[in-house]
Amino acid sequence: MLRYIILLQFVFEDCTWHFISMSCHMHKLTSGTGRATVEPVKAGMFMFNYKLIPCKKKKKKKKRASDPFPGPAPLPEERLQKFKRREKSKLPNRKRRKLRDVVARSEVVSEMAQKRAAQFDLLLPEEAGFLEGDEDEDTCMISQEDIAEAVDITSGAKYFNLNLSQFGPYRLDYSRTGRHLLLGGRRGHVACLDWQSKQLMCEMNVMESVNDVKWLHSESMYAVAQKKWLYIYDSKGIELHCIRKFNDVLCMQFLPYHFLLATASATGFLQYLDVSVGKEIAAICTKAGRLDVMCQNPHNAIIHLGHSNGTVTLWSPNQKEALVKMLCHQGGVRSVAVDKTGTYMVTSGMDKKLKVYDIRAFKPLQSYFLPAGASCLSLSHKGLLSAATGDIVQVSVSFPPYSMTKPYMAHRVRGTVWGLHFCPFEDVLGVGHGDGFTSMLVPGAGEPNFDGLDANPYRSSKQRQEWEVKALLEKIQPELISLDPDQLCHVDQASYEQKHKERVQALGFDPLAKEKFIPKLKKKGRSSSGNVERRKRQVAHEDQRVSSLDHHQERKKEALSGLRSALDRFKK
Amino acid sequence: MKVKVLSRNPDDYVRETKLDIQRVPRNYDPALHPFEVPREYTRALNATKLERVFAKPFLASLDGHRDGVNCMAKHTKSLSTLLSGSCDGEVKVWNLTKRECVRTLQAHEGFVRGMVVRFCGNSFFTVGDDKTIKQWKMEAPGYGEEEEPLNTILGKTVFTGLDHHQKEGVFATCGQQVDIWDEQRSSPIRSFTWGVDSFSSVRFNPVETELLASCASDRSIVLYDMRESTPLKKVIMNLRSNTICWNPMEAYYFTCSNEDYNLYTYDMRHLDRPVIVHMDHVSAVLDIDYSPTGKEFVSASFDKTIRIFPRDSGHSREVYHTKRMQHVICIKWSADNKYILSGSDEMNIRMWKANAAEKLGVLSPREREAVNYNQKLKEKFQHHPQIRRISRHRHLPKAIYSQAKELRVMKEARRRKEINVRKHSKPGTVPVVSEKEKHIVTVVK
Repeated sequence: MLRYIILLQFVFEDCTWHFISMSCHMHKLTSGTGRATVEPVKAGMFMFNYKLIPCKKKKKKKKRASDPFPGPAPLPEERLQKFKRREKSKLPNRKRRKLRDVVARSEVVSEMAQKRAAQFDLLLPEEAGFLEGDEDEDTCMISQEDIAEAVDITSGAKYFNLNLSQFGPYRLDYSRTGRHLLLGGRRGHVACLDWQSKQLMCEMNVMESVNDVKWLHSESMYAVAQKKWLYIYDSKGIELHCIRKFNDVLCMQFLPYHFLLATASATGFLQYLDVSVGKEIAAICTKAGRLDVMCQNPHNAIIHLGHSNGTVTLWSPNQKEALVKMLCHQGGVRSVAVDKTGTYMVTSGMDKKLKVYDIRAFKPLQSYFLPAGASCLSLSHKGLLSAATGDIVQVSVSFPPYSMTKPYMAHRVRGTVWGLHFCPFEDVLGVGHGDGFTSMLVPGAGEPNFDGLDANPYRSSKQRQEWEVKALLEKIQPELISLDPDQLCHVDQASYEQKHKERVQALGFDPLAKEKFIPKLKKKGRSSSGNVERRKRQVAHEDQRVSSLDHHQERKKEALSGLRSALDRFKK
Repeated sequence: MKVKVLSRNPDDYVRETKLDIQRVPRNYDPALHPFEVPREYTRALNATKLERVFAKPFLASLDGHRDGVNCMAKHTKSLSTLLSGSCDGEVKVWNLTKRECVRTLQAHEGFVRGMVVRFCGNSFFTVGDDKTIKQWKMEAPGYGEEEEPLNTILGKTVFTGLDHHQKEGVFATCGQQVDIWDEQRSSPIRSFTWGVDSFSSVRFNPVETELLASCASDRSIVLYDMRESTPLKKVIMNLRSNTICWNPMEAYYFTCSNEDYNLYTYDMRHLDRPVIVHMDHVSAVLDIDYSPTGKEFVSASFDKTIRIFPRDSGHSREVYHTKRMQHVICIKWSADNKYILSGSDEMNIRMWKANAAEKLGVLSPREREAVNYNQKLKEKFQHHPQIRRISRHRHLPKAIYSQAKELRVMKEARRRKEINVRKHSKPGTVPVVSEKEKHIVTVVK
């Protein structure tokens, strides 16, 4: 094949000439000469006039389709970080070949799984919402009505108000899928509805004051903490259980993976009820007075209680004492919220401060002053914090860093705010107040991509039944609730003392023990039995001396540490 | 103002018609799936419990023999054929899919001591107490024809074992000495002796096809190379070995079943100490066969049980027993790794599943995934005490349970006394002998 450079000339009527030169592979056009020329044609006609000029013969290059981006697609670092589990552990020493091999292989497999999960992220269908103001506009100045008009009809319908001024301030709860809403008014009005289609599931007045309402594992049952006892109702409003053991309940939290309902009472008792078998798992006397501030850590199922002396305590059903006691505020604690990954805790107190803590390291991170203090707090899945002061609700952008001076959004409702919850998979914040219920639009609050096998808002009844069976089979036993949920997968490494003890037991003697002192037999009469005994006793005396020195040092240390009160110096 | 509120189109999330499958969008973000470890632990616990619930290994019993089953042979080309020889000289050919006997022939007068199918699958050899080696056709004789062996070789002494070469027309027998025979000749081409008067079994190495091993009555195992004129080496142990079997995947490992209730896996290059000592039986171990994957083996014992051992573990992972099964004499692991066939004293051959809780037959892809997932979960959490307790639990007949307890007490007593002796004597006078070295007397080249 000869390569020819072809000069293309476009001939136009107005005699503008455009030269386009191209090189292309062409077969030999003529058999005879290596050249072919075509006469230029008269102007006035479109024609390709080309002149063939043979080039030097180049090596035949096979045109293999080469990949301009070889190798697997690169993954952004923070996406890989999202899926990272634990750090690579140190491999055991070279002698334990089989164990080393097993550990190395499992780490390779784990890394591959993390990479694949990070790659799958590309396929997620939805994207988070956002709200951006114009240059001179502040996002907190944008009203809900404006947002509702600017978005599509379905989203606009998510902003609505329920005027229920008769039955007192309302508490609310969204079910795990975010589809169903439960309202409980202080004067006894309880209603559950599918808030997206505005279909009422049940509505009743329990004729008693209602302290708190909570959905159980699905939208078929809910718990109402009434004046005296705890009641469980069906989604049709039928009373299923009246649990008299749980009295004076003020707050409730449901641990979904353990099927546990944790209740905090006015008498200072924290009780756990297993709703799948109906047994009380634990009743802990907290000895901290009235418990009306409660929140759960979704990452490790630990209950956080806020007290009037400014402390926040962490509880698990396995211990009679608090796991951790943190002094957070100078006055009482008004509200606590923990984020979904279990890293940050936000508390607000009577000292009008809002504090952010790192709950894994128990360190304070930030502290803000709010002119009126926040009575309710709620954290969304994406990290938006909503704080309610009186009848104003403020939403702040993801933390850290925070900026409470300039909130992301703000809204005033008709009565004092009594309950505040973000809807799980929607950009909606539900506010329960003295005049009823308001559902606010907060773009960017909800998790856009849910997992169909976990909490699927679009599940059919068959899917719900299957999910319920699987969830019950996987129900985690309450014994496994602890500050570190991954405790079961830590490698158990025997301490040095334990290994030494096992070795002594296996061999029958202590390989590290000192040999018994055998005195050397000396000559010239120096090795009489009396001398030998004297030498032996010397060594024994030294041994004893060392041990008595240790003993004396121990006693001294004890005495020093015992110096607690100022009155100790009067004790002999 | 620029605003976007999350709004999902239900058409993307709900199926169109009742005939479609449901749509399940996935998001693998760990924040959406908390409690990974406790949930997987609970699933592993459930999987272990279900495994015990579904563990029903016994499949069928093939009966028809009129005397105890003495030896069995696997067909080299067909998975559904099994040959068995009994103590009254009868050889039966079984079809395992229909679980019935397709052919019976009177092979010997007296015990059938050994049987093996030729590598081509067209004929098989038997040796018996009447000092003969007979070769038979694999196909049944036509109508009206008599059962006649293709070839009969008369020997001078009783033959006790038989094995065929993997590729050539050569087979080996053992009796008073180990003989290598060519199929065309009627006298052995080579005989190996080493001062022993009887050998109990002989086996060709499936991978290194020129190597042989045999168990001798002087409590030793002798290794031979077919090309040499003298045996290679032997290892003498405390008690006699009954059978040996080579690992089909690793050419240098073989396992022998011993009279002292143990099995020993040796590396043929280092016979001075066994690689592993497998202890769990409570009476003499009579036969052993490896799985075709080479990762496990099954042993038959005089205590009426069958045990499956992993190749690298000192204790069994599974034990099979039945009230009706008496002393198990011979055992085979089928070539598709799924079944175990045991021949016992009470004239029955029993078919068992190699994995007791496995579902046989074709599995749908979801079933297979679920099985694999459960397997991996059980493996991940196998060391946790709750799960280990459930997965190790096996019901044992009272006789075996009490015998095992007694043996444990005896072993513990011996160990305690040895430790006491070592504690109260001069350090270094009583050396520590590892369990592996205890059972070997010497290695002779």
